[in-house]
Amino acid sequence: MRILVVEDDKDVAGFVVRGLKEAGHVVEHADNGRDGLFLAASEAFDAIVLDRMLPGGVDGLRILETLRGQQNTVPVLFLSAMAEVDDRVRGLKAGGDDYVTKPFAFSELLARVEALARRGKSDAPVTKLTAGDLEIDLLSRQVRRAGQKIDLQPREFRLLEYLMRHSGQVVTRTMLLEGVWDYHFDPQTNVIDVHISRLRQKIDKPFGSVLIHTVRNAGYMVRAETG
Amino acid sequence: MIGRNDAVAVSRDDARPVVHPVRSLLSRLPAFLRAFLPAFLRAAAWLRLSLQRSAAGRFACIYGILLALSAATLAMFLWWATAGLLDRQTEAAVRADAQGLSERWLDGNLPALMLTIDDRLAQNIDDDAIYLLVDPRMRRLAGNLSAWPAVVTAANVWHQLPVEHVGVKSLARVQRFDLPGGYHLLVGRDVRLRVQLRELLTDALVWALVVVVGMASIGAVIARNLFRRTIANISDTATAIAGGNFARRVALSGRGDEFDQLADTINDMLDRIGRLMDGVRQVSNAIAHDLRTPIARARTKLEDAALHAHGEADLRAAIEQATGDLDGIVRVFQALLRIAEIEAGSRRSAFAAVDLVPLLADLAELYGAVAEERGFTFVLDVPPALPLLGDRDMIQQAAANLLDNALKFSPPGGAVRLNARATRNSVEIMVTDQGPGILAAERAHATERFYRGEAARSTPGSGLGLALVQAVAQLHDGTLALADAAPGLQAILILPRGNNILSNNGAYPGGMALGLASPGGGDVGREP
Repeated sequence: MRILVVEDDKDVAGFVVRGLKEAGHVVEHADNGRDGLFLAASEAFDAIVLDRMLPGGVDGLRILETLRGQQNTVPVLFLSAMAEVDDRVRGLKAGGDDYVTKPFAFSELLARVEALARRGKSDAPVTKLTAGDLEIDLLSRQVRRAGQKIDLQPREFRLLEYLMRHSGQVVTRTMLLEGVWDYHFDPQTNVIDVHISRLRQKIDKPFGSVLIHTVRNAGYMVRAETG
Repeated sequence: MIGRNDAVAVSRDDARPVVHPVRSLLSRLPAFLRAFLPAFLRAAAWLRLSLQRSAAGRFACIYGILLALSAATLAMFLWWATAGLLDRQTEAAVRADAQGLSERWLDGNLPALMLTIDDRLAQNIDDDAIYLLVDPRMRRLAGNLSAWPAVVTAANVWHQLPVEHVGVKSLARVQRFDLPGGYHLLVGRDVRLRVQLRELLTDALVWALVVVVGMASIGAVIARNLFRRTIANISDTATAIAGGNFARRVALSGRGDEFDQLADTINDMLDRIGRLMDGVRQVSNAIAHDLRTPIARARTKLEDAALHAHGEADLRAAIEQATGDLDGIVRVFQALLRIAEIEAGSRRSAFAAVDLVPLLADLAELYGAVAEERGFTFVLDVPPALPLLGDRDMIQQAAANLLDNALKFSPPGGAVRLNARATRNSVEIMVTDQGPGILAAERAHATERFYRGEAARSTPGSGLGLALVQAVAQLHDGTLALADAAPGLQAILILPRGNNILSNNGAYPGGMALGLASPGGGDVGREP
């Protein structure tokens, strides 16, 4: 996917650009607000990683507001050292799709950028999600694997739905907390791992093959075993 | 002694202006000014400087001016009540005299009147009466004045004229009365003695005023010095503190007066500032200490790996561990910043109506799974609805921190309870565990940043969890109470429902005052 990184810090920018390229994306980089706005407005991207404080007289918030003013709906992820709740709220209100505060783990950033870029693509409403022989029906809220019905608690269903919507992508624990529980803090306890392990008991264990994979130092991923 | 019937001659210099008492006072002013001018000028210059530069000067000046003004008012009144009274008495006596004489005229015409005048002169013990009766051609018929004074031309008007009383120059106050048939009557009183008396009085009062002004000035200087001394006490303390001696306090006089009260207030303020500064110092010391340890660990790992690692796998492992340590430091920073953000109170603008029941049920579901996995019993006990005005995210995080703690310290097989209930004005969230609890002596410190009790030393954690809960409680004007659950700890987060905030301030941003503004809003939260 084509991703624009607008970031003035050379180390951070180099790190992010290198990582995204390694993950197989095409990356453009701008190190000031003016160039960033020019690139964002003139070329098509699947996602933009945007710093808030930028040199060049145009800060990240201005870039985003200008883009949204031009009906440009490209997914934008803020990457900022401004970490207060109010800063986050301001960034999201201005039309940002996600907010990652510095310092950050690259796996978290990558997972979120990919989730955003993917979301931007599929606009059509989905009623069915499948991964391998697992199938969930979002309307009747039924889950089947290999033709066999599986009973899930409402929260387990939402957890599975979130994982399935991002199947083939890494989903971090923080993303799950935000996306499934709507919590914006990190519990000290490994609550997510416990819930994933419960879900695995129902989804994976009776069937012998694994769909919910643990990605080390990152999170989880639903992926059908290929071949 | 002057003979009673002796004629009184009108003095030649009739036209000489009458010396009025006030004018006599004013006539002394130049002499006065000349005598005191240098002193006045000096005082004025001092005043101007004092007033510009010093509150004590203004204070003293106001004191002096007020004292002088009241003394002057008193003097004026005294003058009016004494010297003025003399004048008024004279006039009343003359008027009564004239009245009696005109009645005699009506009774028995001219001879009777002349007889009466002679009688009155004969009976005048004080020898101060002046009478003159003249015929239409202004010839003297009776009385003790030799001729009609030329200045007296109009009737019923007071005249003051110099007369000569057997060689003694004197002053008279007279009035002319016109009688039927062209006769004229002059009635008056010799006022020489009274004028002298009045002048004496005036002099006395003027001197008294001078003395009072002098005393007022001295008093003003004393008042200024008193004022300065008291202020100096406070300002010396402030200077000492500004210079770094924070232990200094304002000295009390022990009289318990207003200055003592002020000094007390200032000392209280300084004590509070001192405590706050101690708190800040403790926090920064704690930050320095608690962050130094993981930073040192990360640094050691990296350096050790750089020096001693055998191969890439070793290096990677060391780097990952160090990154993990750094993430831990970042988490501590984030928690500290979050607490500071909450304590700053800016989140109050995001307050909205929240029902705690689904919020707590979600948390119970999240943590219940963990408890079950670890072999604890988890009990949720909440009423059907618990509405309150607050910050949803913050309450979530506070309750989650309490649950994190409870799960962390519970022994295997123990029970963790999450209860909530509504009281009259508040909502209580209670998290109870059966862990080691917190010693009574440690409870007061348990909510301080980085404080870790004896029982918690060996467990992982930053010592910021309860500090954040406490900050959230304070944000909502609530409290965090820690109690002994024997065994275990019961943490009670008491949050006011905030109905009054809601009714006073109905228009919350985005009209989010949903649940509480509905018709049944009055008894929300009172259900069991």
